Amino acid sequence: MESLLDFGPLAEEFTTILAGFWATVRLSAMSALLALLLGTILVAMRVSPTPVLRSVGTAYVNVLRNTPLTLVLLLSALGLSDTLQLTFSRDPGVNYYWWATLGLSAYTAAFVCEALRSGVNTVPPGQAEAARAIGLTFTQTLRLVVLPQAFRSVIAPLGSILIALIKNTTIVIVAGYIEASSVMKQMFDDYGGTLPIFLGFALGYMVLTLPTGFFFGWLAKRMAVVR
Amino acid sequence: MRSRQIGATLLSAAALVGSLAACGGGEATTVLQKATNDKKLTIGVKYDQPGMGLKKPDGTVEGFDVDVAKYIAKELGVEESGITWKEARSANRETFLQQGQVDLIVATYSITEARKPKVTFAGPFYVAHQDTLVRADDTSITSLDSLKGKRICQVTGSNSWKNIAEGTNLQSKKIDVTLVAAGAYDECITKLKGDALDAVTTDDMILAGYAKREGSSLKVTGAPFTDEKYGVGLKKGDKETCEAVNKAITKMYSDGTIKTLFDKHFSGTGLNFTATAAPPAEGCA
Repeated sequence: MESLLDFGPLAEEFTTILAGFWATVRLSAMSALLALLLGTILVAMRVSPTPVLRSVGTAYVNVLRNTPLTLVLLLSALGLSDTLQLTFSRDPGVNYYWWATLGLSAYTAAFVCEALRSGVNTVPPGQAEAARAIGLTFTQTLRLVVLPQAFRSVIAPLGSILIALIKNTTIVIVAGYIEASSVMKQMFDDYGGTLPIFLGFALGYMVLTLPTGFFFGWLAKRMAVVR
Repeated sequence: MRSRQIGATLLSAAALVGSLAACGGGEATTVLQKATNDKKLTIGVKYDQPGMGLKKPDGTVEGFDVDVAKYIAKELGVEESGITWKEARSANRETFLQQGQVDLIVATYSITEARKPKVTFAGPFYVAHQDTLVRADDTSITSLDSLKGKRICQVTGSNSWKNIAEGTNLQSKKIDVTLVAAGAYDECITKLKGDALDAVTTDDMILAGYAKREGSSLKVTGAPFTDEKYGVGLKKGDKETCEAVNKAITKMYSDGTIKTLFDKHFSGTGLNFTATAAPPAEGCA
């Protein structure tokens, strides 16, 4: 029974595990930032008056949202980077970090876009009409009137997307980037797949995701648009 | 009402676990006794390692490990029809043995000091050596030292990269290499062919399997730098079976079967069978 609950490996490899989670944090933070940026551009395209932009935005969202993330990451790393040799850097650590980030954010941006679009729909149409009536252009209307309110109403769903993003990082090994779950796999090889290792890593992910959830819940309440 | 249903389910589940436990603690105490009495064995092998243990689309398994396992089973009194194959992954091998889900494991299972407290090893039945696989036109990699500054594949869930980067090789030399992470050796091969890394490193038999599959585009360097003692994993403390397996291994060498099996799987890969006698047994502890 004592071998079932041997937490020794976790203590022994503590620095390696921390390094793994730090890699997860670096990847998640950059991907979240890029996904937010790309998602905002996409939603602007999807609500724009230009049909071409609208259909490009719709096509992007539908393709990325309905493709398994593993395939997106494999395409970035094995397809674009290894086979077509489009590389960011000769240093593989840097190169695969960026390909993993790009794959992850390209995928997540589709979800961010859809969350934001539902936020745009909560803004009463009268506001956009009023904005146009006082002479604001489409970009100005979006930037000054619609999007600020849209963002404030979808903070909670964006939080859920961020949590999903953090958990999705566990498969980026297919893009050649090592994060916490790869460290876990390596430990399974060294120590056998034991319950304590599994529990330790589950806890590690919760340390990242639980506060994220609480923070976004708090922020959503604080920033809610009173109508 | 509902809570009562749940209670009933729990009770029946508990009863099931109880009866299973009763099953496990039954007559046969060692694998050898089980083999002699029931004429049946469950053996863990790899399902994804060309040349060593590979599951084919028709459901059968093939490979050097598989054939060695068949021979040992026969020596223990179990015919091929009495063998149940089970996939042994690196992560579940120890658990499988501890819980008795498999009787033997022959799955590129290196005998290491770290594993000895958890597993009783029979054998080794073969000593493999870690080597490197490079592109056929690459002449810059000829030895362990020449890997300095090169990009090598780091497969998560495998220790091979550590032997170079952390110096656990025969020369105890830490080589300064750039690690390129990958999820599996297959991905390493793609990266190697696409010039995303310079060398794939692991046991020579595994590399030979890939070299054979890829044809002339890749080659094994042929400069080994570790000893990987492939053993047969048994439940900790099962000395009786361990002695019997060791006997089978000695016989496999003396009657020449091991060379026949080796040639069957690795002829044409440039890997030669050189051992003339069974490697010294590690002792059944």
